[in-house]
Amino acid sequence: MRRIEVSVKEEYNDPRADGLEKDILDLGITAVSRVRLVNVYLLDGDISDSELETICRELLADPIVEEYTHREAPAPAGARLVEVAYNPGVMDPVEESVKKGITDLGIDSVTAVRTAQKYLLWGDISGEVLQSICDKLLVNSVVQHVVSEEERVTLRSATYNFSLEKIDIENMDDAALMDLSNNRFWLNLAEMKIIQDYFRRLSRAPTDVELETIAQTWSEHCIHKTFKARITLGKEVVDNLMKSTIMRVTEELDKPWCLSVFKDNAGVIDFDGRYAVCFKVETHNHPSAVEPYGGAATGIGGVIRDPLGTGMGSKPIANTDVFCFGPPDFPHAELPKGVLHPRRIFKGVRAGVADYGNRMGIATLNGAVLFDERYLGNPLVFCGTVGLMPRHMSQQGRQSTGDLVVVVGGKTGRDGIHGVTFASGELNKESEDISSSSVQIGNPIVEKKALDAILKARDLGLYSRIQDCGGGGLSSAVGEVGETTGVRVDLEKVPLKYAGLSYTEIWVSESQERMLLAVHPDKLNQIMKLFSDEDVEATVIGEFTDDKRLQLYYQGNQVADLDMDFVHNGLPQLERKAEWELPRHPEPDFPQPADLEDDLKAILTAWNVCSKEWVIRQYDHEVQGGSVLKPLVGEANDGPGDAAVLQPLPDSNKGLIISNGINPRYGDIDTYWMAASAIDEALRQVIAVGGNLEHIALLDNFCWGNPDKPDRLGDLVRAAQACYDIAVVYGTPFISGKDSLNNEYETGAESICIPPTLLISAMAVVDDAGKAVSMDCKQAGNLIYIIGDTYNEMGGSHYLAIHGYTGNSVPKVRPQEGKKLMNAIADTMNKGLVMACHDLSEGGIGVAAAEMAFAGGLGMRIDLAEVPLGESIDRDDYILFSESNTRFLAEVAPEDKEQFEKMLSGTPYAGIGKVTDNGKLEVYGRNGQKLLDASITDLKEAWQKPLRW
Amino acid sequence: MAKVKVLMLRAPGTNCDFETQVAFEMAGAEVDSALVTGLFRKEKHLTDYQIMIIPGGFTYGDDISAGKIMANEIRLRLGDDIRKFVDDGRLVMGVCNGFQVLVKARILPGFDGRDSQPMTLTANDSGKFECRWIYLKINEDSPCVFTRGMHRLYIPVNHGEGKLVASPDILDRLNVVVQYTDATGNLQAGYPHNPNGSLRDIAGICDPTGRIFALMPHPERFLRWTQHPRWTRENPRDTGDGLQIFLNAVAWAKGI
Repeated sequence: MRRIEVSVKEEYNDPRADGLEKDILDLGITAVSRVRLVNVYLLDGDISDSELETICRELLADPIVEEYTHREAPAPAGARLVEVAYNPGVMDPVEESVKKGITDLGIDSVTAVRTAQKYLLWGDISGEVLQSICDKLLVNSVVQHVVSEEERVTLRSATYNFSLEKIDIENMDDAALMDLSNNRFWLNLAEMKIIQDYFRRLSRAPTDVELETIAQTWSEHCIHKTFKARITLGKEVVDNLMKSTIMRVTEELDKPWCLSVFKDNAGVIDFDGRYAVCFKVETHNHPSAVEPYGGAATGIGGVIRDPLGTGMGSKPIANTDVFCFGPPDFPHAELPKGVLHPRRIFKGVRAGVADYGNRMGIATLNGAVLFDERYLGNPLVFCGTVGLMPRHMSQQGRQSTGDLVVVVGGKTGRDGIHGVTFASGELNKESEDISSSSVQIGNPIVEKKALDAILKARDLGLYSRIQDCGGGGLSSAVGEVGETTGVRVDLEKVPLKYAGLSYTEIWVSESQERMLLAVHPDKLNQIMKLFSDEDVEATVIGEFTDDKRLQLYYQGNQVADLDMDFVHNGLPQLERKAEWELPRHPEPDFPQPADLEDDLKAILTAWNVCSKEWVIRQYDHEVQGGSVLKPLVGEANDGPGDAAVLQPLPDSNKGLIISNGINPRYGDIDTYWMAASAIDEALRQVIAVGGNLEHIALLDNFCWGNPDKPDRLGDLVRAAQACYDIAVVYGTPFISGKDSLNNEYETGAESICIPPTLLISAMAVVDDAGKAVSMDCKQAGNLIYIIGDTYNEMGGSHYLAIHGYTGNSVPKVRPQEGKKLMNAIADTMNKGLVMACHDLSEGGIGVAAAEMAFAGGLGMRIDLAEVPLGESIDRDDYILFSESNTRFLAEVAPEDKEQFEKMLSGTPYAGIGKVTDNGKLEVYGRNGQKLLDASITDLKEAWQKPLRW
Repeated sequence: MAKVKVLMLRAPGTNCDFETQVAFEMAGAEVDSALVTGLFRKEKHLTDYQIMIIPGGFTYGDDISAGKIMANEIRLRLGDDIRKFVDDGRLVMGVCNGFQVLVKARILPGFDGRDSQPMTLTANDSGKFECRWIYLKINEDSPCVFTRGMHRLYIPVNHGEGKLVASPDILDRLNVVVQYTDATGNLQAGYPHNPNGSLRDIAGICDPTGRIFALMPHPERFLRWTQHPRWTRENPRDTGDGLQIFLNAVAWAKGI
């Protein structure tokens, strides 16, 4: 084995080393004076010195800023050395590229490549401090290890000798069944007994791969059994929560532009008659908790494959991402055991999503980041992708008997084994150990190549059906597609990353970047030539049959023979008990401060409210050239835009608006109003940028605790019911959704449950993207209006939070009035009467006014006496910071005053102030007294400072 | 008159092909795309085109260093063809990853032959991928045919490795075409106006003929007024700043 070390020359600065030095300082460690990073490449093969020299000079080292050596350089005097490598089985995508690069140089003696990262740290560093740096920054033991002195990395892989594993469950008692299920299948006893009965009837023992297939298909992640359960809540019985709430909205509204809903990988709506758009949001929470970078990267990689696998395939055009983490300033000493620090999770997740999304060439246009201590053990990572396709390709394809099963894209490795069942269980401090094979490092270029080639094949009509291969791997993808016909797969044909995988591992592996196609034999040569030209791996692994059976073979041996009907329909409806009662929180008890500047700044500085520019700028939101309203807007391109607007087709002004609504704080009071508020927020963001309620589709993503616990389930039922009640009145159908349950973290006796979290994503179509309106104030002298009534709704508000309260008066949604109001505003905006518009959410009028002012680089004066109230409020601070839903601030030119007011007649609105040029936000109370007189520069600084990393 | 034909040269990971195609089509050209390997297989021939562009992206994941693997493919197998292409009076352009590729393939800066690489593009000083709009000043004395008659540009950068580094004597010899400035046109404005720490604020260069031009920022992402980050608050214009570069290229190519 040969070793090459490459590092940045001493005379050039190394930004990666600078970043690490800063991260070390952030840990409170001051002992490290300097850091150097060295990239290590280990090459196997019979390689000559001159070849090695060529590889270094022509490929691995930059001739200007880097230097290299072929030897293992010892640590320089005074420096501590740490070398970190990926664990066996974890593939660094760089290895493949290096191999290709070496072959391109005409060198064929290199048989294998591994990479490692060497760190040199100077300073007076004790062993303990070094260990702490390794644990907290350099090494994630889930995927990496510190290379020891003696260790020699072996590049040889294991071999696998076939032997059929049967599991004798016929005679197992209940305890034995549960032993079998625990930590492997995550099924409950009733489910295990149904499986036992099935095989008793067949009078044979199941094979391991048969049990794995059933367990995956029946996992919460794949089948959403809680949402389909029969739930008793008090006197009420809910038969199939999904159908009776979310899907019912869509059914009752019956919009002609809903083209394919709840049946494909993403929901599809009409765009302009020629094209359709689809949207899907997924979560990748558990993997991101244990390996933030890889977990989040594969999260975005996975959701990109959803639109690609929708209809006959769509082109991904935009990404969204919403993250929930523990507070970045959480004390290290108080972290529960086994939990990564939220700052590290945040940085890793951000990098993972950016590195994957940017490489895929998909603009990240919209998102949010929220913080709460209850996300410490269970961060949430929502990733969404919008796809565009010709309208006639919007329906799911159908394979015929005799069509071939073709797997396209990435090779299969031991990655993500048991990912789906892992996602369906709770995390605990051992999760890192049992889950190590459930996490993988993504390889976006493999996915990008597959994407480009598949869209070409689509346009040539070379396949009859497409499906993504995600959670549950081939088992889930092949099983789902084959349900209507039956399918036979020869597992040894699946291309592998390395030898040594058993037939079961091949079948359940969740290796990324794979798609599944059904290809008619007549088209096979053409499609295989296309894939080969595009350098995309594609392999026939089986054939669709007509016997409605799932038959798996390995080297000619039958390893599974299951009835499709049992696999897909054998799971009976769950029975679940739910309970719910309205919690009582202490009512706030503090006097109104005389001056509200400090309070406003405290809200602007809150993690949930503060600027997310640090995240946004590291995502490419320009690629494909479609963005019309970017995530950052205003005079200095740094104000918080409400929703993203894009124009996907260069020859048409037709626009697409993407927004999201989420506020878990309200769920601490009542998940019903939390869900209602999330829908309202997503919709009012659409309205605020110039959209209307005519053509908006919604997505739901529920992240919840363990639904076996009746209180968690009660919260879930309430939230789903609100989704129906509110969306049906607004006339906005749901087109797709997803749930991730069991987001709890066990620390010994206690179980930390995430706050019930519902993300509502909205996608709206508008006729003219060129009529979009941004939230930044445009011109001194313009009038500021508020539209929508303000109520005494401080419950769950940020204002109460900074004073240490939750309260009880959670913001409600009055959708009848809301709809009328949103329609009226949309009309005024369509007429071009609104210069700027901002929806009111966290921090109410105060935060919205401040953001509009500083984003526009202008001042604003507002008068709270004019604010229309829905009920009496006797405190100015409550009027300023109430978070009542369905409210907007709008900037209107004086000459448009009359027309604007006329169009809004019949809705609650009032002129409450004007845009000024004195650079100040001035707020007057009901008695005319000045409550706030703050410089917008100070307010902006308060808002930007927390995440200026 | 036949339309000018543009070849977009792709590799796995190229991802700005869509907006690049839109830009050249708006400028009146006809656009084809091919993988580098497609040229090796002779499915397409460089000589059928008047303009060749390497669009932005992350070719081969930018593994090892940005653009390196595609650069080697080109240097080892297409270098002479591209030289001949330019010697025939045709145009070559690289944007973002395309700039990195042309430098590492030793096609730019285009002096002293192709035996060594005299300059490089490396990690941004900020250590971050930077997605932001920047102001550029165009060197009106440059021989670059793409920027004739142009003075200023406001377009986005979207990259993690755009810092131009070379020794002072090489920097002196570079045909600098575009440099990062502040909003009023001043050089040495520092971060974030110079988003990557490029020496002498250099954002793009051309070869001595002016027919090979590459830059880190993306002119193809500002073609329509509504792509401007402040179009909702500034006086509207008919087109975006970037379009003129493509119009210039196509106009020149018509004369070939």
